[in-house]
Amino acid sequence: MTPEIDKPAKTVAVASGKGGTGKTTVSLNLAKVFGSDVQLLDCDVEEPNDHLFLDGRPEQQEIVAIKVPDVDDTLCDGCGECGRFCEYSAIVSFGAKAIVFPEMCHGCGGCMMVCPKKAISEVDRRIGVVETIQSGEITLIQGRLDVGVAMAPPLIREVKSRLRGGIPAILDAPPGTSCPVIATLRGTDFVVLVTEPTPFGLHDLELAVEMVREIGIPFGVVVNRVGIGDDRVREFCAMENIPILLEIPDDRRIAEAYSRGKLIVDALPEYTGLFKSLIGKIM
Amino acid sequence: MKIAFTTSGNDMNAPLDTRFGRAPKFLVYDLDRETFEVIDNAQNLNAAQGAGIQSAETVARLGAKAVVSGHCGPKAFRVLTAAGIRVFNADSGTVGEALEQYRAGKLVEAGVADVEGHWA
Repeated sequence: MTPEIDKPAKTVAVASGKGGTGKTTVSLNLAKVFGSDVQLLDCDVEEPNDHLFLDGRPEQQEIVAIKVPDVDDTLCDGCGECGRFCEYSAIVSFGAKAIVFPEMCHGCGGCMMVCPKKAISEVDRRIGVVETIQSGEITLIQGRLDVGVAMAPPLIREVKSRLRGGIPAILDAPPGTSCPVIATLRGTDFVVLVTEPTPFGLHDLELAVEMVREIGIPFGVVVNRVGIGDDRVREFCAMENIPILLEIPDDRRIAEAYSRGKLIVDALPEYTGLFKSLIGKIM
Repeated sequence: MKIAFTTSGNDMNAPLDTRFGRAPKFLVYDLDRETFEVIDNAQNLNAAQGAGIQSAETVARLGAKAVVSGHCGPKAFRVLTAAGIRVFNADSGTVGEALEQYRAGKLVEAGVADVEGHWA
């Protein structure tokens, strides 16, 4: 079911437990200083914003749909096999004809396979679009989930299926530790966990570390806004033997640049070396 | 005929629970025999999604022909309707009080779901 990544040179995912720690900042600045062709995937399909920081218009827009069941009432005898199979209660039947809730369906096709009467066929349900934007050496591929759709993973997999082999890729993940994040991280070679030195940052970093260890991908930590909060993120990383790959200082000018849609390395060239050193460590 | 009441308790004196999909338990009262059984709904109470649909299915399998609860969402309502189960809204009080109101014809039958779904 899951499209395998057509192995590019190296794929690095940028994730975090907590939202707003700087995933987009790190992803974009890495891509910008990369120095050769690089793919940037905005997998935060509920609110893609990498494009705001790059020149270039969408060159290509493709509609993404998932397959949802369509029941032929004349064939359905209400045996209930479909409902028993469905993990998400997207289809239910018990003596009465099957009822479908397309918004709950993950598109696995299982109900169709188990239906003894062959009463189920599949119809397309649009969930969003995938757009490609070329900006200098950066090829941005972004997913944009339709408003009202709660099904991010299939769209994220579509975004990832457009990765081209042979070109390194940076994947900007959604925040958290749930399915959309797993869908983003799966198949990548390395995960950068961005956090901030606050109790909230540490709490969610611990969850993210647990998640990445469970999936079994090598990872390291980037601490953003160093200077605020306390030292506990550093202590946690030392204790857990997790490499701190980069520390970005709490610099008001960075926030100002970000608020104007400017990248750190463009507005504040003195930070270029910092991001280049990160690339040297992981890609 | 059987009626399903949503509750967190184990008998007729237990309070009516205002939630349908995520009700902790269903008390199914048999009007003909004047007996009842209590069914645990913890699995749906803790479900990530689809609680209303699953609860409606549970109630249908128990053979209930009516549901008395505080609120019922759109998906649960659709399943209950398809199963021929009537939905009545009651505000508060105990299961026993709600049963008396039902018998007296004082409960209002819901024509549509009375609360929004969480996903659409």
